[in-house]
Amino acid sequence: MSLLRVEGLTVALPPGGDRPHAVEDVSFHVDAGEILCVVGESGSGKSISANAVMGLLPKGLPVRSGAISFEGRDLLSLGAEAMRRLRGQRLAMIFQEPMTALNPLMRVGDQIAEVLRVHGSGADAARRVPELLAAVNLPDPAAITRSHPFRLSGGQRQRVMIAMALALEPALLIADEPTTALDVTTQMQILRLIREIQSRRGMGVLFITHDFGVVAEIADRVAVMQRGRIVEQGPAAEVLNRPQHPYTRALIAAVPHGAAEARAAIATASVLELRGVEKTYRRGGFFGARAVVRAVHDADFVLRRGETLGLVGESGSGKSTLARCVVKLVEPEQGTIAYHGTDLRPLSRAAWKPYRRRIQMVFQDPYASLNPRRTVGDTIAEGPVTHGEPRGKALERARELLRLVQLDPGAMDRYPHEFSGGQRQRIGIARALAMEPELLIADEPVSALDVSVQAQVLALLAEIRARLELTMLFITHDLRVAAQICDRVAVMQRGAIVEQGPTSEVFAAPQHPYTRQLLDSIPGRGWTPPEL
Amino acid sequence: MRDFWRRFRRNKGAVVGLVILLLVVVLAATAPWLFPGSPWDMAGAPFSPPGEMGMLLGTDSLGRDVAAGIAHGARISLLVGAVSTVAALLVGVTLGAVAGYLGGFVDDAVMRFTEFFQTIPSFVLAILLVAIFTPSIGSVVFAIAIVSWPPVARVVRAEFLSLRGREFVQAAEVLGKSRLSIVLTDILPNALSPIVVLSSLMVASAILLESALSFLGLGDPNLMTWGFLIGSGRSVIRLAWWMSVFPGVAIFLTVLALNLVGEGLSDALNPRLARQRGGAA
Repeated sequence: MSLLRVEGLTVALPPGGDRPHAVEDVSFHVDAGEILCVVGESGSGKSISANAVMGLLPKGLPVRSGAISFEGRDLLSLGAEAMRRLRGQRLAMIFQEPMTALNPLMRVGDQIAEVLRVHGSGADAARRVPELLAAVNLPDPAAITRSHPFRLSGGQRQRVMIAMALALEPALLIADEPTTALDVTTQMQILRLIREIQSRRGMGVLFITHDFGVVAEIADRVAVMQRGRIVEQGPAAEVLNRPQHPYTRALIAAVPHGAAEARAAIATASVLELRGVEKTYRRGGFFGARAVVRAVHDADFVLRRGETLGLVGESGSGKSTLARCVVKLVEPEQGTIAYHGTDLRPLSRAAWKPYRRRIQMVFQDPYASLNPRRTVGDTIAEGPVTHGEPRGKALERARELLRLVQLDPGAMDRYPHEFSGGQRQRIGIARALAMEPELLIADEPVSALDVSVQAQVLALLAEIRARLELTMLFITHDLRVAAQICDRVAVMQRGAIVEQGPTSEVFAAPQHPYTRQLLDSIPGRGWTPPEL
Repeated sequence: MRDFWRRFRRNKGAVVGLVILLLVVVLAATAPWLFPGSPWDMAGAPFSPPGEMGMLLGTDSLGRDVAAGIAHGARISLLVGAVSTVAALLVGVTLGAVAGYLGGFVDDAVMRFTEFFQTIPSFVLAILLVAIFTPSIGSVVFAIAIVSWPPVARVVRAEFLSLRGREFVQAAEVLGKSRLSIVLTDILPNALSPIVVLSSLMVASAILLESALSFLGLGDPNLMTWGFLIGSGRSVIRLAWWMSVFPGVAIFLTVLALNLVGEGLSDALNPRLARQRGGAA
């Protein structure tokens, strides 16, 4: 008998949504001692399925039909009180956002003890809490028990969340994108931890993710969801290597393969040369100690004409700060930023203006990078108009650019909120291209996008770069993406570039230990997506 | 725009408020025709109760028509409310925008300046200003504007601080737009909703302030206002209740209407927040 069996589950969406049901006729099961990965893009209904199992659906999303049975009991017919006893005790859940899932005012130990207490085993909390913290490989459990959540890093908090979820030895653990908010190296540690605990205790795990790399890393079986339906289900090796459904095939084909091909070295003139750039943030200092963060130091690089240099690193490594130094969104204290030999750093706002035409930027968040109150046409035409081009001509060119980024020119008079994330990112790219730049800085341009959209945008960037002979500085945290698009990569750690070189060389023979660690942490590195 | 109206209509209270407000505006606009002649003129016997001698709302101790006073007073109340709010918005939005956009030392300086005004009780400061500049409609508007801009500056600064770091503003910087045009065309339109909501509430509090000043005899002596009507009726309230009650009701309804409209505007401009509130109830 399966631990969890979901059959024919249909959950309605409120009227006026893009489809009548959030999930429709979804059936899957999880056995004790296995990990089922539910994988799908945003809006595919994977989280709704998990929340339905936990009885955590919001009021607006009623279950229309179907059955959920857990250890032989029908969960949908259980009362609120019976469900509450089951949650935490037999069913546990960990969430995506470790930064907000803990109560900031309670010590970590007390929060774990609380879980034990509400389910009637508070008496041995003092003994169990350090045990649990040790079980999730947190160093010095005694000290962590006494600390408040703000003292812990994202990865540590996620471990605490897992410790809480495991406190009562549940039979089923539901993990809703537990590693999405974490850096790759931390992600790998958490994945290993879940895998290890699962096999040690023989739990069933329902693991929700959007990343096929993570699936390859952890799953025993896979269920692929598209628009509220499960389109393919089967053993992990089967689905990953021989996908049947066209949607699964499309998703897997879109996964960046992470294999860097050797490219011809580029030996043209240098476009951009950074030397000795330093940016330090200082905080506090009125009373108490000053906090000094060296955001960027020892990060020299040369970017040659027609070349794409990837800046890779984890969050807080200073890669975005470095890119923002180049366009003066951040003002470094020291160093030279030579663009065709001219140092841009000391230039005033006015003196910078001519260079704005030559150096443009594409931003990370497609939802925040377009002015919500301005039409798409005006957004794209804005730059040239600012630089003195007549409005009519700029709008005409905006229309052409929309075609270039594969959007309908009819989009000119619409507002950003009418577009999807991928479409907005295309608009952002068109805005940058409207200035006819020579150097394009792309700050994580695909990290907020679903994998299939990500593949389209990357293909678009590659095509435009070739057609317009752009030089590109490409910032990303995803090594697979870097491998696909960059000629050279520079690996950043704590504000410094620790290794740089041709992409294929760095990937094949990493010199610096941190680079090696990063490469080892790529989820699913043991899996080569099949040629489809 | 149609969307906005649909969301506004969902809040029933706001629609009621809007209707009341429109009635007050119509009353103010038609006062010279409804009640021709000066509201200061004697219209009947003193102390005649409402309904008698053809006086709808009675007369005051000098035989002046209370209804005429309310109608003409509506003009002054609305005028003072609107003009002083516009003046306060000009000062508040400018200072808030400068502080929020530039940040750093300028921000500190502007905010300390704002706090200087906020530490003085606003009504006392208003009385002081009117007393110094001698009561007239100009000085009343000036005083109200001076005491009501600090909250605007704070709200606008907070909005600017959060919008300044958004990527579309950074994109505008990278396009090479000037600071002024970034502030006016990128940040301000996105900070408009809280300003609109706040200003509807400011009109209400300006009307209250003006009434309170007039009540104390610090209003423009040549203009009939609601506060003056209440003030003149207060000594005979047990003899002639209508002299203070009707102007009081007028103030109450207008201020209530403005507050309701303000809430409706806030719901219509922040639909996500409104839905949450509706869901919780």
